[in-house]
Amino acid sequence: MQVADVTEKWTNRINTVTLGATREQGGTRGRTVTVGGETTLPFLTFEGEIPNRPAIAGLVADVVPDGWPDVLTAAVGDAIRSPAAWARRCVDDLGVDLICLKLLGADPSGRNLPPGECAKAVRAVLEAVDVPLIIWGCGDENKDNEVLPECSQAARGENCLLGSATEKNYRTMAAIGQADKHKLIGEAPVDINIAKQVNILLQDAGFDLNDVVMNQVTAALGYGFDYVYTIFERVRIAGLKGDRHMALPQIANVGWEAWKVKEALADEDVLPGWGKLKERGPRWEAATAAGYLQAGADIIVLAHPDAIKVTRESIGELMG
Amino acid sequence: MPLTAMQVYKNLPKSHANCGDCGFPTCMAFAMQVAAKQKAITDCPHLSEESKGAMADASAPPMKLVRIGPPGEAGVEIGQETVMFRHEEKFRKPPALAVTIAASLSDEEALARLERINAAVFTRVGEEIGVRLAAVDLEGLSAGAAAARVKALAGKSRAPLVLMSASPAALAGAAKAVADRKPLIYRASGSDAEAVIGIAAENKCPLAVHADSLEALADLAKAAKDRGVEDILLSFDGRDTARSIREITRARRAALKKGFRALGYPAMVDVAVDDPLKETVLAGTFAAKYAGVILLNGLDGAELLPVLTTIQNIYTDPQVPNTVEAKLYEIGNVNENSPVMFTTNFSLTYFCVEGEVERSKMPSYVCVVDTEGLGVLNAYAGDKLSPEKVVKTLQAQKVADRVRHRKLIIPGLLPSFRAEIEDISEWKEVIIGPENASGIPAFLTANWK
Repeated sequence: MQVADVTEKWTNRINTVTLGATREQGGTRGRTVTVGGETTLPFLTFEGEIPNRPAIAGLVADVVPDGWPDVLTAAVGDAIRSPAAWARRCVDDLGVDLICLKLLGADPSGRNLPPGECAKAVRAVLEAVDVPLIIWGCGDENKDNEVLPECSQAARGENCLLGSATEKNYRTMAAIGQADKHKLIGEAPVDINIAKQVNILLQDAGFDLNDVVMNQVTAALGYGFDYVYTIFERVRIAGLKGDRHMALPQIANVGWEAWKVKEALADEDVLPGWGKLKERGPRWEAATAAGYLQAGADIIVLAHPDAIKVTRESIGELMG
Repeated sequence: MPLTAMQVYKNLPKSHANCGDCGFPTCMAFAMQVAAKQKAITDCPHLSEESKGAMADASAPPMKLVRIGPPGEAGVEIGQETVMFRHEEKFRKPPALAVTIAASLSDEEALARLERINAAVFTRVGEEIGVRLAAVDLEGLSAGAAAARVKALAGKSRAPLVLMSASPAALAGAAKAVADRKPLIYRASGSDAEAVIGIAAENKCPLAVHADSLEALADLAKAAKDRGVEDILLSFDGRDTARSIREITRARRAALKKGFRALGYPAMVDVAVDDPLKETVLAGTFAAKYAGVILLNGLDGAELLPVLTTIQNIYTDPQVPNTVEAKLYEIGNVNENSPVMFTTNFSLTYFCVEGEVERSKMPSYVCVVDTEGLGVLNAYAGDKLSPEKVVKTLQAQKVADRVRHRKLIIPGLLPSFRAEIEDISEWKEVIIGPENASGIPAFLTANWK
C-alpha cells in the first residue's frame, strides 16, 4: 500500500565551514576539511542533502592529561608524551580528519604553562601533521585570553578552528580570528538562548557567522547528555527552518568529557557487575558520540583509538 | 493523531447545542477541553453511538501500545509514542533490550545464559535498568526441539521471551508450548509471512513483521491486524544502518503526523553483531532513533550500561527538572579541614560541581540546597534560593559538626549572599567562588590553604 508522504520541506541550508589552508591558500596543510551544508536532519537524505560527512577530530593535549584512566593513556601509548607524536598517531594510524589540540598545560590549576610554551605545542603539531587543526584553550577565561592570541598567531594563515568564544571574550576572539584568519568555536553553557546570543554578539563584533562552529558544552552520557542532545536537535531544526543565527555546524567534544565520568573512570572493583573498564570506557565514549551524531553533530572530538575507529566506521555506514 | 477542538465540536450533538450538561457553558468550551485531553469525548451525555464510534477511532493513539509477556508487572510495554523529538513533549516507553540465547547452545548453556539475562539488572542514579526480554533463537531446531527448549527456559525466565526462527514449524511448536506467556513471535517475513501471522493469531501472541520496503511492511502489518493480531512490531535490520534510520523515521512520521494506521506500531531493531563495541554504537544509535525493542548479543555490563544509560537519558521527561537529593555530599576523602561549598539540587549543576571537585583532587563537602531543580541563577530569580535557605540547609545537614573551620565557598554568581550569610550564621568567612564549575579546580588551588 502507498505510504503517506512525510517528506519535510526545510527552507534553509546549514552553513558550510572549511577548515585548514593549503599552500595555495596561504597555509601549510596538505588537505582541508569541510563540514556543514546540510539541508536536512541527520542522515535523512530522502528529503535533503548532506554534502559533507561528520568529521572526526583526534584529541591531543599539549601535556599528559591528569586524571585520565590508565586504560586510556595506555591505548594512546607513548605518543601521549609528545603532542607531535600523538597527533601523528591520530592521523597515520587512526585516520582522523583533523586534530583537536587542547591546551591543557595552560591551566592555572595544573602546569600553568606560559603562552609561549603553548604556542610551541601548536607549531609542533602543525609541523608533525598536515591535517587542519582545532586549537582549544584550557577553559580558564583569564589564562585563555593570554594564551589563545599567541597560539593563534603561531598558526597564522592555517585557517584553524579556535575555541572558544563566549559571551565574555567574544570581542577578543573575534579580533584574533580575523587578524590571523581562523574560524571560531562559539560556546554557550548548555543554554540554547545563550548559544544564539553568542552568535549574534560575534556577528555584531564583525565576525562572519559562516566562520563559526557552535559548541553547546558537551555533556557525557549519563551526565546531562539529554539536555545537550536536545539543544543540538533544537538548534539544527531552527537552522533548517531559517534562523540564520542557528544555521551553524555543531561540534561535540566527546573525548574530553566522556573520560571524566565515573563510568569511564572506575573499574569493576568500584562498580561490580558493570564490566571491565578497559571495555566500558571506550564504549562509553563511542556511545556518547553515536548519540550526538544522531542529534546533529558535525565535528566529533574523540580520544580513545577504539572509539575513533568504530565511530569512523559508523559514520561511513550512516552516510551509506 | 490528536483531535483538534473543531473536529470534536463537529461531532457533538446539535440537538443539545450548548446544553451545559457536561459542566461547560458551550459545546466549543467542552471541545477544547477534549482536544487538550482534559476531558473524554464520552463526558458529553448526549453523544450519539455513531459519533462515539467515529471519535474513538480518531482519538485512538497514533502508535499502538504493544505488550509482550503476561499481563501485569512481568510484561513489557512499548509504543504509544506521540512525538518525533523529545523536546516536543517527551518519549514515553523506553525501548526494551532483548538479548539473544543462541540455538547452538546446549540445554545447560542456554539455561546458564538465561540466568545471566535474569541477573542483568543495574541501579543507576536511583533507577533500576536492565535487560527486559530473553530472545530464544530456535534456528535449525525441529518443532519438538524448539518447544522443549522454550518450555525449559520459560519457567525460569524473569523476562518475557522472544521466539526467533525462520521456520514456521519451529515457531508454531514453540509458540504453542508457551502461548500463555505471550512471547513475541519473531518474525513474519517473506514467503512464510502468512504462516507466521497465523501462528501469532492462533496463539494470541505479539508479532514482529518485516519486509523489504515500507510499503510492503504496511501491507504485512495490515494483514496481521486483519487476522486478529493486536500487538505488532515493525522489524528492521539495524546493521543496514542508514536505510533503517530513514525507514523508521518515515514510518513514525507517517503514524504520528499523518495518522497512517498501518505503520502505527513501535519498531524492533536487530543490531546483533559479533563486535561488542560496534554493537554498543548501533544499539545507542537506535535507542536515540525510535526503537521500541533492540535485539542484541551483548550481555556484559561494559556494553549494556552505555546502551541502558542512553535509553535512560533519551527517555527522561524534558519538562521535569532533574534533581539530586538535597543533602551533604562528601567528594573524596574528606576530613575536618576540607572545603565546604553549596550548590543547587538541579542535577546538571550538581554533577558539574561534583566532577570539577573530583578533578581538583581536593576532597570537599558539597551542601546541596533544595531549589526545586533550578540552577543557581534561575533559583535566585525565582526565590528558590536565598541566604536564609542556605543557612537553614547548612544547619539541617549539620555541616558545622563535620569541619573545624567556618569557611563557606559560595557560587560566584551570587556574590551578594556573602554579607548576609556572614551576618546571620556561624559561617563567618564566606568566600566567593568561581562563576562556572569549570573554575573550581583553579579556584581551590589558589584559594584553599
